[in-house]
Amino acid sequence: MWLHRYAKLVSAATVLLIVAGGLVTSTGSGLAVPDWPTSYGWNMFTFPMKHMVGGIFYEHGHRLIASGVGFLTIVLAFWIWRAERRRWMRMLGLMALGSVCLQGALGGITVLYFLPTAVSTAHAGLAQIFFCMTVAIALFTSPGWTAPKYSPADDHLLRLVATTTTAFIYLQIIVGATMRHSEAGLAIPDFPLVFGGIFPPEWTPQIAIHYAHRVGALIVMLAIAATVGHVWFHHAQRSELRKPALALACLVLAQVTLGAFVIWSEKNVAINTAHVVVGALTLASSLVLTLRSHQVRFSDRAARPMGVQTPALTASEARA
Amino acid sequence: MHLRLLGVLLVLSFGVAACGGGSTPPAGTPATQEPSAAPTATVDPATAATVAGKITLEGTPPANAPIRMNADPACVAANKTPQTQETFVSEAGGLGNVFVYVQSGLTGSFPAPTTPLVFDQQACRYHPHVFGVQVGQPIEVVNSDATLHNIHATPKTNAEFNTAQPIKGMKTTHTFTAKEADVVVPFKCDVHGWMNAFAGVLDHPYFAVSKPDGSFSIPNLPPGSYTLAAWHEKLGTQTLQVTVAAKESKADANFTFKAAAGAN
Repeated sequence: MWLHRYAKLVSAATVLLIVAGGLVTSTGSGLAVPDWPTSYGWNMFTFPMKHMVGGIFYEHGHRLIASGVGFLTIVLAFWIWRAERRRWMRMLGLMALGSVCLQGALGGITVLYFLPTAVSTAHAGLAQIFFCMTVAIALFTSPGWTAPKYSPADDHLLRLVATTTTAFIYLQIIVGATMRHSEAGLAIPDFPLVFGGIFPPEWTPQIAIHYAHRVGALIVMLAIAATVGHVWFHHAQRSELRKPALALACLVLAQVTLGAFVIWSEKNVAINTAHVVVGALTLASSLVLTLRSHQVRFSDRAARPMGVQTPALTASEARA
Repeated sequence: MHLRLLGVLLVLSFGVAACGGGSTPPAGTPATQEPSAAPTATVDPATAATVAGKITLEGTPPANAPIRMNADPACVAANKTPQTQETFVSEAGGLGNVFVYVQSGLTGSFPAPTTPLVFDQQACRYHPHVFGVQVGQPIEVVNSDATLHNIHATPKTNAEFNTAQPIKGMKTTHTFTAKEADVVVPFKCDVHGWMNAFAGVLDHPYFAVSKPDGSFSIPNLPPGSYTLAAWHEKLGTQTLQVTVAAKESKADANFTFKAAAGAN
């Protein structure tokens, strides 16, 4: 139970880290600290607080929070290694640790090479994967997963639509990150129309990536509508599915609204950052729903001691 | 004994040569400057001409954006009055901070000055806001502020650089090694988002920055026909054909920018 609580803490800290990272990009502070891993020649942890001004506040603050999350992840991976009997959970802990290390290296590389779009986008994409790992660990260590009081749903169609939705959301975040890091956020300056019409009158790489993000938003909305609708009509009585589905519906509506206001406000820092964070929360909600749709497949492994081989349960056995 | 000494000398001389000791450039010459294929141009002072003129801003100058420095108390303390951007500097109908340069018509190469051009960060502003520098001429970047700055240049042809200057009085030297394709290189400070400046990087010394009244002068120009260009950070670039005879002082190389174009 304490491991679950701690995993939730790591997830919450990761949300804070995504907020800080979003602020770095939204305020254009990515290169406010030119060196890495040092900060203006100081060791990162001895950098004087009085110098945390302007863009340094965002960039150095992001580095400090990232270091904190990195430390929390080391403890998490160690804790999982010691406490968990599920081998794949141990691996997941190690993968989370590897991800956060790689993420730190990508952050350093993108600073040293003046924020190349590919590296900055990879940094943003890996951030989401790491966040998903922490959310998954929190879910897998929860009482509702290890000792569920309900029989997990066994719905092939739900698994298909939820998994597809999660994949679409992640792809949409990658497209959004590419747009963000290639300065294409206002390449199409009006919303909901596109230069007063449906299609851009001319195509440039920036307009194309921006347009792709808008088309992606439509696809994601349809996918989420299908997933939420399926849960609503077929599993409304299951709170373990209904709650993440409801969160998913609310978050995507908030996300589309924020996206519109990013354009209308010409990339207001707070709105722009909120758009990044709500995107991550949307992905996390969809992931939780997706994992719960797959829970029946994990049921046989949930409480199996490490090294003990047991035959896989069928779906009907799992329900029983 | 002699053989041993000879061997030691050979090893030492090889080591010095390998370290580049035999090809040290003369003081003041940038080590990274590429030799130009064109012959060095010589300008005869007896025939040198001058091109001068005025940059006129037609219409009411747009208001410069206000600057909020409260992100850094040191910047607030250094500025007792509210600050604005320097996008439109205009007196008596003229337009300042316009980079005027010879775009084409020159032949030969022109040796770069060895005297560094001082580019200062003072009161959380760049001084000067617009300047010209020749390829190979050192730029001495100075931090005169009691706060941290980063100097981030984003050229297209030369290498991008982002240098930390955390200490007051710190000096760093940068040298552009090639003529910029877009001529003008933006500089910015990512710590203080309002700080920006522009450097025209050319392979010759025939450039000027207009004064607030719009006046400019490019002296010591060899007689000939040239394309003159005037660049403004918001209003873009205009060109003008000029021909100067020996010893001529041409004073009507005028440009007119429309203020309405920079209103957005």
